[in-house]
Amino acid sequence: MRLSISRTTGLCAAAAVALLIGACAPGDDGDDGGDGASGEPTAGDVATDPSELGDVTLTVWDQEVREGQTEQIEALNTAFQEAYPNITIERVSRSTDDLRTTLRLALSGDDAPDVVQANNGRPEMGQYVAAGLLTPLDDYADGYGWFDRFPESVRALASYSEDGATYGEGDLYGLPQMGEIVGLYYSKSKLAALGLEPPQTTDDFVAALQAAQAAGEVPIQFGNSDPFAGIHEFGFVQNQFSDAETIRNLGFGRPGSSWTSDDNVAAAQAMSDWVDAGYFADGFNGVDYDTAWQAFAQGTGVFFVGGTWLVADLTSAMGDDVGFVLPPAGASGEHLVTGGISIPWAIPANSDAKEAAAAYIDFITSSDAMTAVTEAGNLPVIEAEQQTTTGLQSEVFAAWAQAGQDDLIVPYLDYATETFFDTITVAVQNLMGGQSDPQQFLDTLEADYAAATGS
Amino acid sequence: MAAAIGRRPGEPRRVAYLYILPAVLVFGLFILFPLIRTAQFSLYEWNGLGASSWAGFQNYRDVFTEPQLRGAFVHALVLVVFYAVVPVLLGLLLAATMSRAVLRGLGFFRVVLFLPQVIPMVVVAIAWRQIYEPNGPLNDLLRSVGLGALARPWLGDYTWALPSVGIVGTWVGTGLCLVLFLAGMSRIPRELYEAARLDGAGPFREFRAITLPSLRGELAVALTLTVIAALKTFDLVYVMTSGGPGTETTVPSYQVYNNAFLLGRVGTATALAIVLTLVVFVATVLINRVGERGQR
Repeated sequence: MRLSISRTTGLCAAAAVALLIGACAPGDDGDDGGDGASGEPTAGDVATDPSELGDVTLTVWDQEVREGQTEQIEALNTAFQEAYPNITIERVSRSTDDLRTTLRLALSGDDAPDVVQANNGRPEMGQYVAAGLLTPLDDYADGYGWFDRFPESVRALASYSEDGATYGEGDLYGLPQMGEIVGLYYSKSKLAALGLEPPQTTDDFVAALQAAQAAGEVPIQFGNSDPFAGIHEFGFVQNQFSDAETIRNLGFGRPGSSWTSDDNVAAAQAMSDWVDAGYFADGFNGVDYDTAWQAFAQGTGVFFVGGTWLVADLTSAMGDDVGFVLPPAGASGEHLVTGGISIPWAIPANSDAKEAAAAYIDFITSSDAMTAVTEAGNLPVIEAEQQTTTGLQSEVFAAWAQAGQDDLIVPYLDYATETFFDTITVAVQNLMGGQSDPQQFLDTLEADYAAATGS
Repeated sequence: MAAAIGRRPGEPRRVAYLYILPAVLVFGLFILFPLIRTAQFSLYEWNGLGASSWAGFQNYRDVFTEPQLRGAFVHALVLVVFYAVVPVLLGLLLAATMSRAVLRGLGFFRVVLFLPQVIPMVVVAIAWRQIYEPNGPLNDLLRSVGLGALARPWLGDYTWALPSVGIVGTWVGTGLCLVLFLAGMSRIPRELYEAARLDGAGPFREFRAITLPSLRGELAVALTLTVIAALKTFDLVYVMTSGGPGTETTVPSYQVYNNAFLLGRVGTATALAIVLTLVVFVATVLINRVGERGQR
């Protein structure tokens, strides 16, 4: 009796283990892949009147948690539901990082959200596209006229080939609401006290840094314990040394450039020299991003390198004292600026309400929406020139317009490869912390870039 | 009679298995199945989204050869010192003092020292992050007592970031150890101490000959809990440093999260998780072996 029980139990256990191990390999289970294709609309039959869709519940995942952003997305959601009472929006809002980590699982599930904000670089959107988890939007774009609404430069930032291998062309996978550039904020009163104008060239900038330091000010306010801050700071320096083509190749992960080229060496060297000279706030590796910009807003620091997503916050904290310019022009000869679009809105392939989702995306990127974005203190990705603005916002809009006209925008460097976010954030911390020299820094980046591009 | 002979007394009847079935099912579904799946994933190369490919033991090789992953285990060992060794020693010292001295308001001290245990670690991490800031209270204190030269951005300093995280673990763990040891000491018969004193033993001798051996069980429990806490550290690192500066404070759990959810290397992440599970398992078994041996 005892024997037979233990034998059966043992057999059962063994069978269970065998079954589990023998079960389909990770990623093969379910029927992903096929779904995306079958759910695509064909050109012409896109219903562009959401009121005819019947009762729909639309689950929307966004990361608009900063002050001005919450305000505008809530206003737009309310307006949308008033216009289309048959559609109910269920909003799920998380910080960028939290959204990023949960999105991977959510997209592959059968019960996927209907609209999500998916960051457009290879670490996110590129992987989702390659796995067939996002819906190509081209047919909706035809139906709603998005090709006319958005210039190609904007669409390219959310376009991939179907296999996800090529970034910057192919099908459209998302639409942004806001534009963003990482420029140079400065304190007008402090700069005036130093008797200086906003810097136009790298030489001006370095002179201003020296003057600020001599006057006992913190030249550049900076916090780098949130890893992403380092990407913006290095991009800001690199923009002054490398030409647009080089940075775009590196940023989009296209073969044909090298991180170890002379211009990049000069940029890394300059960054390292500026740290040694004490131009950055003390202990920046132990300060987080929000603490840094708040310190700048409260009057510590002459300059702050930051994105246009801070406009609303900085305006309410500093009023008229804050100014914004494009990065100085150095060896690159142009005021190149890192940026592009805010995190685009995309439709998961497993969504069961794609038509309503497309209507929602259309609604929040329409002309009226762009006005709402402006009123909340943000930078709309299109039609910025048609908005009325004052103060810091108007300076930001002017810089955005100039960057658009002169083709000055270069991509975020972490777009490059699937692992580049991790690689470059660690590398910048090490470079600026004095743990690696410029050559080691660039070799690290080059290794990741070369492995991914095969060049 | 014949029926009774067929079954020895104490031997479970078949129906008994029915009683434990619900527990076995829950255990299987929520612990065994995920564990087996994790082990399975660790043999594949998979980005968590698309199709996977068989990788054999390559992921395990990566865990032991990639400097960043190997480094995470070294950091975990350093944290064991701060989370387990120091709190146990401190706890012993404090407990020995508290149990001997007649302290007014002993309960108050006990509560204060135990308090960190009941605060969520994320809250602890945020509070300590502010303490460690370049212009935070710790540096202010150092400057005000003339030790300004020691002030530094603790969490951004390549030498001090890991010990700074560790000290938070010490702060949290000490109270637990103290309470455990105090409970253990109150269990020791007073007569033993009286006898020892009659034999002319001093406080130190008393501690070594009576207190320490009697606390073996509590020591094993304290070490098990704190060592596991050290090895599975995640919250402190995630909130305080994100593994930085550079990779100075990465720990295995953080790397599991980073690889699985941010880098899209599910295979590597699960291999790392399995190795971590084994390390925790072995550590627990060893500690309890040593604890039990003394009790016989």
